[in-house]
Amino acid sequence: MRRRREGSPFTGLAAVALKEAADHMTSARIHLVMLLVLLTALGAVYATIGEIKQTFSEDQFLFLRVFTMAQDPLPSFVGFLGFLLPLVAIALGFDAINGEYNRRTLSRVLSQPIYRDALLTGKYLGGLIVIAICLVTLWLLVTGLGILLLGLPPSAEEIVRGLAFLLASFVYAGVWLAVALLFSIVFRAPATSALAALTVWLLFAIFWSMLAPLIAGAIVTVDPLNPTTAVAHAEWQTAISRISPNMLYGEMTLALLSPETRTLGLVFASQLHQALLGAPLPVSESLSLIWPQLAGMVAALVVLFTIAYVTFQRQEIRA
Amino acid sequence: MSAVIETAGLVKRYGRTTAVDGIDLVVERGEVFGLLGPNGSGKTTTILLLLGLTEPTAGTVRVLGLDPLRQPLAVKRRVGYLPDEVGFYERLTARENLSYSARLAGLASSDARRRIDEVLARVRLTEVADRRVSTFSHGMRQRLGIADLLLKRAELAILDEPTAGLDPQSTQELLELIQALARDGITIVLSSHLLGMVQTICSRVALFSRGRIGLCGRVDQLTADVLGGRYVIEAEAEGADLASLLGDLPDAATVLERPGRWRVEAKGDLRPEIARRVIGAGGTLQSIGLRQASLDEVYARYFETEAGHAKAA
Repeated sequence: MRRRREGSPFTGLAAVALKEAADHMTSARIHLVMLLVLLTALGAVYATIGEIKQTFSEDQFLFLRVFTMAQDPLPSFVGFLGFLLPLVAIALGFDAINGEYNRRTLSRVLSQPIYRDALLTGKYLGGLIVIAICLVTLWLLVTGLGILLLGLPPSAEEIVRGLAFLLASFVYAGVWLAVALLFSIVFRAPATSALAALTVWLLFAIFWSMLAPLIAGAIVTVDPLNPTTAVAHAEWQTAISRISPNMLYGEMTLALLSPETRTLGLVFASQLHQALLGAPLPVSESLSLIWPQLAGMVAALVVLFTIAYVTFQRQEIRA
Repeated sequence: MSAVIETAGLVKRYGRTTAVDGIDLVVERGEVFGLLGPNGSGKTTTILLLLGLTEPTAGTVRVLGLDPLRQPLAVKRRVGYLPDEVGFYERLTARENLSYSARLAGLASSDARRRIDEVLARVRLTEVADRRVSTFSHGMRQRLGIADLLLKRAELAILDEPTAGLDPQSTQELLELIQALARDGITIVLSSHLLGMVQTICSRVALFSRGRIGLCGRVDQLTADVLGGRYVIEAEAEGADLASLLGDLPDAATVLERPGRWRVEAKGDLRPEIARRVIGAGGTLQSIGLRQASLDEVYARYFETEAGHAKAA
């Protein structure tokens, strides 16, 4: 017997996505989080530009330093973004589905002629729209601030690298939005799902880099007389730390915004033979360098969204 | 008349518990059909099965001749649903909430605007249309819920506990609104645990108990079937003892409820006979009346006997 369902799963998708985006843009919660991001980011950039203006140096990619240079005690703009973007995504998604349960709107919305698919995908897309708007705004602001205060327009290559960085940030935030969405389906109470998402965020943002060497040490014991064990240990440590999206994002921004980065892992002295240290890589090379990280992050996003999707499809909608 | 809803052998299990246990139901076009029963007797689950919002473990459902599992969009386009304790987006106004539903239903915006004004007037919420739903009372929310299902011009409206938690005046208003919809030719299925309330507006009812339909039919017919066509007469008299006066009548049981007030259960309408005898014995008859059998009585009586059978078996 054919069990095909009639009608497109995309019916109502645009309506849901636009309504979600509009809701987010007018909600006090998102305003607060965005204000936090905006203030910290602009503060960091402003301090960095002051620093750049003071230290006169010849630098082909002076403009990119606006994003990457850290001015003590403030971290760099990308450092802030890596830390705060998950927070924005969690704020957007932690009560996506369980909020509808608790407001008792879910069964009413699902009795409209749409599939569940449209509701979930629409909510995800709505969050992504808001993230995209915020990121582009932030990026334009920072670029504009750089042009104004440095009196220096970015080169074409810097713009390409900046756009690639924008895309990487978007995917990174997308992963965290999927995490938040998944928790909003699994847990019925929004407070629980928010706490769960924040726990995962703290784990990866702060503790993962401390845990990775410990786990690697448990897997491979370093023998001082055998250098290959040290290499194995370092490789395990990199592999484990790359489970964290924060780590992947950090590597991507490093390769994109610091063109002199030639590798994102272990380097042996033999591999540096005849290399021009400090010479920048062309954009295409930097992009191929981050390709695995970007692909890994997109994969994480797809896997998380699929788990969320399947969980939601199987859930009983009665409260 | 054609069937709007047909189910056969509908079963829904959640793990080990069986919420709906073999339901056969036929609702005809234009009916006001009541699903009655205590909480947890399977009414809401049956409704979700009708809408295709949950999948049956076994059995078939046809709604408006369609299969809600395979043609859910076509079914949901023509069937309106008012959930138990309906919720709205609190920060949006009544009009905005309806406009979201209209967009989900795929209505063109000019058409939608006209229809929204229309349905808001219909449920008498025009004056508060631009107020946030968070300021609405429970009764207003229920009416907005009705507006929501009128918006897509539903042919069949399924209302889950529409009057639960409403004050008597709002209940009356809502019932009148539901009756007005029925007059407009919308088939209505409503569930409730308040049997007496539903009795007044339903043309037919199904009594649910533990996931099954115990009884199904017209209210008066059910009353006759279950109560065995018995008449209950209440009489107040002075100076006459009805118990001894009526002692010789066959099939009549007379009970003294309190001094001066008796209840007589009989196979026929004995009011003239009782009056004659009281007057004849020199007493004064203050009042005499036939008590309407209520669904509550039917329900209690029916499931009492069923439980008795179950115990005996």
